[in-house]
Amino acid sequence: MSLRIVVTVKYVPDATGDRHFADDLTVDRDDVDGLLSELDEYAVEQALQIADDADDAEVTVLTVGPEDAKDALRKALSMGADKGIHVEDDDLHGTDAIGTSLVLAKAIEKAGYDLVVSGMASTDGTMGIVPALVAERLGVPQVTLLSEVSVEDGVVTGRRDGDTASEQLQASLPAVVSVTDQSGEARYPSFKGIMAAKKKPVESWDLSDLGIEAEEVGLDGAYTVVESAAERPARTAGKIVTDEGEGGKQLAEYLASQKFI
Amino acid sequence: MAEVLVYVDHVDGAVRKPTLELLTLARRIGEPVAVALGNGAGDTASALAEHGAVKVLTDEAAEYADYLVVPKVDALQAAVAAVSPAAVLVPSSTEGKEIAARLALRLGSGVITDAVDLEAGGEGPVATQSVFAASYTTKSRVSKGTPVITVKPNSAAVEAAPAAGTVEALSVTFSEQATGTKVTSRTARESTGRPELTEAAIVVSGGRGVNGAENFSLIEGLADSLGAAVGASRAAVDAGWYPHSNQVGQTGKSVSPQLYIANGISGAIQHRAGMQTSKTIVAVNKDAEAPIFDLVDYGVVGDLFAVVPQLTEEIKARKG
Ligand SMILES: Cc1cc2nc3c(=O)[nH]c(=O)nc-3n(C[C@H](O)[C@H](O)[C@H](O)COP(=O)(O)OP(=O)(O)OC[C@H]3O[C@@H](n4cnc5c(N)ncnc54)[C@H](O)[C@@H]3O)c2cc1C
Ligand SMILES: Cc1cc2nc3c(=O)[nH]c(=O)nc-3n(C[C@H](O)[C@H](O)[C@H](O)COP(=O)(O)OP(=O)(O)OC[C@H]3O[C@@H](n4cnc5c(N)ncnc54)[C@H](O)[C@@H]3O)c2cc1C
Repeated sequence: MSLRIVVTVKYVPDATGDRHFADDLTVDRDDVDGLLSELDEYAVEQALQIADDADDAEVTVLTVGPEDAKDALRKALSMGADKGIHVEDDDLHGTDAIGTSLVLAKAIEKAGYDLVVSGMASTDGTMGIVPALVAERLGVPQVTLLSEVSVEDGVVTGRRDGDTASEQLQASLPAVVSVTDQSGEARYPSFKGIMAAKKKPVESWDLSDLGIEAEEVGLDGAYTVVESAAERPARTAGKIVTDEGEGGKQLAEYLASQKFI
Repeated sequence: MAEVLVYVDHVDGAVRKPTLELLTLARRIGEPVAVALGNGAGDTASALAEHGAVKVLTDEAAEYADYLVVPKVDALQAAVAAVSPAAVLVPSSTEGKEIAARLALRLGSGVITDAVDLEAGGEGPVATQSVFAASYTTKSRVSKGTPVITVKPNSAAVEAAPAAGTVEALSVTFSEQATGTKVTSRTARESTGRPELTEAAIVVSGGRGVNGAENFSLIEGLADSLGAAVGASRAAVDAGWYPHSNQVGQTGKSVSPQLYIANGISGAIQHRAGMQTSKTIVAVNKDAEAPIFDLVDYGVVGDLFAVVPQLTEEIKARKG
């Protein structure tokens, strides 16, 4: 039987751009270019490798985000995924992590799945919790933050490097996996891949397709509120010296003056 | 006074420092009730009592070590049911965030991660977050249910505040999901004898400019002269010069020490994301145009192979 893999990918503002907040304290997506979160490329890569090792597999990439989020799907499709699903709805504006996990879980169930592969964290919200939330909602094992992953005979195994120990994990499918940037370099889309991606199917779903009420998501449905967002004052310019043989001693003098020595 | 649940991060009964910091923050909101799970949970009580825990709820079931995350969520859910707290605070480790998120979902609550400060507020605790690679500071709160908030290390001082710390057994019934992901083996990280990276008061880091695994002894030498932890940029880690567990930045550890010394590190946005909230920042880099110099309180433009050994010698001389 075919192994159905769903990869969740997020469309994010470019981290090297000048990211800021809009007046309603949501992320301003107008002034900064967006792209497929770099950390989700690792998820796409591992999904493709797992699919290659399976007799028969299908890789679906799923994103929840605005119109332009299609770009993230195209990139993943050009890497080699088979089809895309774009969940888009004006009522999603301002959805928090709890709401996002609801939309993802409903979409994953509708798509049908044996394995969900996610990134370790987005590069904008950086919470690193959506995969755990999706697993909780789907009621399937969470096998997250893996630096090594493999799937064989309906069992997923992997290595999770924690703060104090490295753990070997094991769970039966269906399951939700997330992979780190240590899991292996992501492939670059080939020219052939980019051309092929243009013909791959992308479905668009809205909230009503998923049976979700507008009040359950968006700013109004959020379980958290941002009360204020202030640009961090630039650090006051420090003192910079050029080493002319005494740089180490000058630095020691500074550290002593600050009572670090 | 309302009670505040604090999830205890400990290794076989030794409480890790971020948990003690959480007790300081918890006391701003209410009376801290600690929840300690797994092997050695009972041994945490005296340290927790010393820092303000009025009660310590413990359960030493084997499931906490044998299965990933979910048994701990089950236990916290049981603790919330028993205590009806005003908030639940969890240390912001990768695991802590996952536990907090699943707990919040079950409670019908919101979750805030990676707070760097916490105050009591009229409508519940207000969390300060440092976002977009620390270029913005936001204040947020949970607007539905019992607030679940994870807090980064070094967000508050550890304060002595003796309290009863009465130990009570927590009764936990594990959910069907609890045994879904088995931990088939565990290898503890070898101790280097240096302070924990995320907890250290001083961090000395090396980047691509260190130019080789063997040269990291220079960085370690400087770190040891200051009693500091050693960090590395992703470039240094990817080159195989230093372990990934020491990586500082977006996909490594986030540190907020009193002093951060960057050596041969350019200061890319993803590196800054992990160190920009350090109190004092110092850099040694041979390129006067390196972006790291925009952040520093003190910078030396120079070759680290000359500056770092001289600095280390001078520190040793001054310390006698
Ligand atoms: C600066 C900032 C701070 C925030 N703070 C909070 C907060 O404290 N509490 C809160 O509830 N929300 C918060 N949010 C909102 C939250 O980031 C979004 O709701 C987001 O959809 C989920 O969190 P994340 O991006 O951090 O995802 P993470 O949990 O970091 O993402 C992990 C993985 O989940 C998958 N994934 C995540 N989002 C999507 C998506 N939209 N489509 C497809 N796959 C996805 C990807 O595979 C990704 O790699 C914050 C957002 C920002 C920008
Ligand atoms: C999704 C994503 C996540 C990432 N996560 C992280 C992360 O967690 N942490 C991280 O660090 N990076 C991360 N990066 C990588 C980041 O973008 C940079 O590539 C990386 O930080 C560069 O490391 P570096 O500063 O050591 O190297 P470089 O940028 O190459 O800088 C080396 C510096 O050393 C100086 N130098 C060279 N020789 C000497 C000498 N003899 N004496 C003094 N100075 C010298 C040079 O002038 C230069 O400024 C991430 C990137 C992405 C896309």
